Amino acid sequence: MSIEVRNVIKAFGSFRAVNDVSLTVPTGELVALLGPSGSGKTSLLRIIAGLERADQGQVFFEGEDATVRAARERGVGFVFQHYALFRHLSVFENVAFGLRIRPRPARPPEAEIRRRVMELLKLVQLDWLADRHPAALSGGQRQRVALARALAVEPRVLLLDEPFGSLDAKVRQELRRWLRRLHDTIKVTSVFVTHDQEEALEVADRVVVMNQGRVEQIGTPQEVFDRPATPFVMNFLGHVNIFHGRVESGKAILGPIALDYPDHPGEQSLPAAGYARPHELEIARSADVAGGLWAVVRHVHTAGAVVKVELADDEGRLLQVDLTRQDHAQMRPEPGESLYVRPRTLRVFVNAAGDAGA
Amino acid sequence: MPETDQAARRLRRPYPDPAWLRWTLILAAAAVVGVLIVIPVAQVFAGALAGGASVYWDNLFADPDTRSAILLTMTVVPLALVANVVFGVAAAWAIARFRFPGRTILTALIDLPFSVSPVVAGLMFVLLFGRQGYLGPFLQGHDIKILFATPGLVLATAFVTFPFVARELIPVMEAIGDEEETAALSLGASGWQMFRRITVPNVKWGLLYGIILCNARAMGEFGAVYVVSGHIAGQTDTMPLRVEKLFQEYNLPGAFAVASVLTLLAILTLVVKAGLERRRPEGPHVD
Repeated sequence: MSIEVRNVIKAFGSFRAVNDVSLTVPTGELVALLGPSGSGKTSLLRIIAGLERADQGQVFFEGEDATVRAARERGVGFVFQHYALFRHLSVFENVAFGLRIRPRPARPPEAEIRRRVMELLKLVQLDWLADRHPAALSGGQRQRVALARALAVEPRVLLLDEPFGSLDAKVRQELRRWLRRLHDTIKVTSVFVTHDQEEALEVADRVVVMNQGRVEQIGTPQEVFDRPATPFVMNFLGHVNIFHGRVESGKAILGPIALDYPDHPGEQSLPAAGYARPHELEIARSADVAGGLWAVVRHVHTAGAVVKVELADDEGRLLQVDLTRQDHAQMRPEPGESLYVRPRTLRVFVNAAGDAGA
Repeated sequence: MPETDQAARRLRRPYPDPAWLRWTLILAAAAVVGVLIVIPVAQVFAGALAGGASVYWDNLFADPDTRSAILLTMTVVPLALVANVVFGVAAAWAIARFRFPGRTILTALIDLPFSVSPVVAGLMFVLLFGRQGYLGPFLQGHDIKILFATPGLVLATAFVTFPFVARELIPVMEAIGDEEETAALSLGASGWQMFRRITVPNVKWGLLYGIILCNARAMGEFGAVYVVSGHIAGQTDTMPLRVEKLFQEYNLPGAFAVASVLTLLAILTLVVKAGLERRRPEGPHVD
């Protein structure tokens, strides 16, 4: 079932947690709401679920206005950040809860409840723990019980609030791949909230990047990573090197770097900044190709899949360059050495120096 | 291995107390408990049974006024308990789940019955419902009896014991939080289903504990009930009032007999409470 959010506003006192957000989630997609804490992503999720009421704006399920419907009437499965499992009930009864509380005509018979709960527990690979209580489970197991419980009511939409937020790094990675596979199996429209860009980019079909209650960009993981719409998205999705400067007359002059910028042909000079990711910078011992700057190597971190080289230019600004291990083996930059740094690609955002936050 | 032994002892106590100090403290505690509690309680039963079992029986059940006092206490206490469970749960819910102006004042007001003298509490009801009170003329006009009747006794008892249930529930509900309740709602539960299937099981130990304490206090309530009852023998005398009256009439075996029943009920309450404490998991486990 598709979800549409139209011009939703939610304020807590004078603070606008969600500020005029509109977005569409097509049927069967897995969408990530990505943003730093306080960006309004959890509030938006709770508004979609009906656990929170929007001050303004509407929520549509399958084109039907669900704004005033209570949470229990929306057919939504919600997975809470801290799982919120019923501590006094066994794993089995936790999952069965949503079926047992149905009014008698809609309630499946006991045998059917048993069959469905066990089927779900098999799906999340926890059928062997059906009789345990939540306190006896690990974090990852609790997370999967919470998921099975939400799925038991056959929701038309699955909403997950920081589903892997309180798990350790290794379990996180396993669980998010598992969630992706699970979604490919059951294909229920899903929205999950996360502050971890890696998680969002790896799991989601589509990523909604949020900042200060607003949507910065909506796109596939590749789109938001390769073509960030704003400096914030650029910054949030990974480490960046920033070159401050100006644009005028079709040129961008960013410190020592000058390049063509046809988007601004006017003569008026505007502040601008160029952004490059560490792997988009290259380093050389000589300035054969123009458009770079000299910097001194501070540190070389060789432990990892890429080699991180940290440099400082003559004004003391730090630059980070990622080299493949092969490039590093060929070049072997040493701390103290002066190298020529040149961006292979540079994204220029006009008038962005203030918003970049870097 | 002397070293390991020493280490073990150090683990048990940061420093060893000398034996004389330990025994002095133990004996002092035992003496205080013995003189102030054990001997007087034993005395109650000794006094009650001094004339033999049949006299004891007669003292309790042959006297119609005593019989009615026992019956009245058995009526007033459950009614006050029910009222306090309803109000206590409602108050605890409001304070633990909502943020509203006046919340701090409400929290403080819940404790008021603990700090106000029961006699003053009784007088408040007389002022409110008495013949010269604010509601007196209205009540008389409609032929409703509150003072010097069972409703007054229930009100006074409920007022004095009001804090027990709410006080027990508030910290438990705050520690557990509302996430599970929200989860139940998101799974399609109605408000009542959420309350009955999630809230009540989560707070049941706190609730039971509050009820037991409330019950113990309600059975023994004297001051407030004394003021509102008008102590009409056979009509508005509860057990504690009856004990006092028998005592004033120099009917010591009778006074002791009724007192022994009250004491037995108190001991029973203690036993139930101890049993519950053993079964109660250590606090609400929040993870």
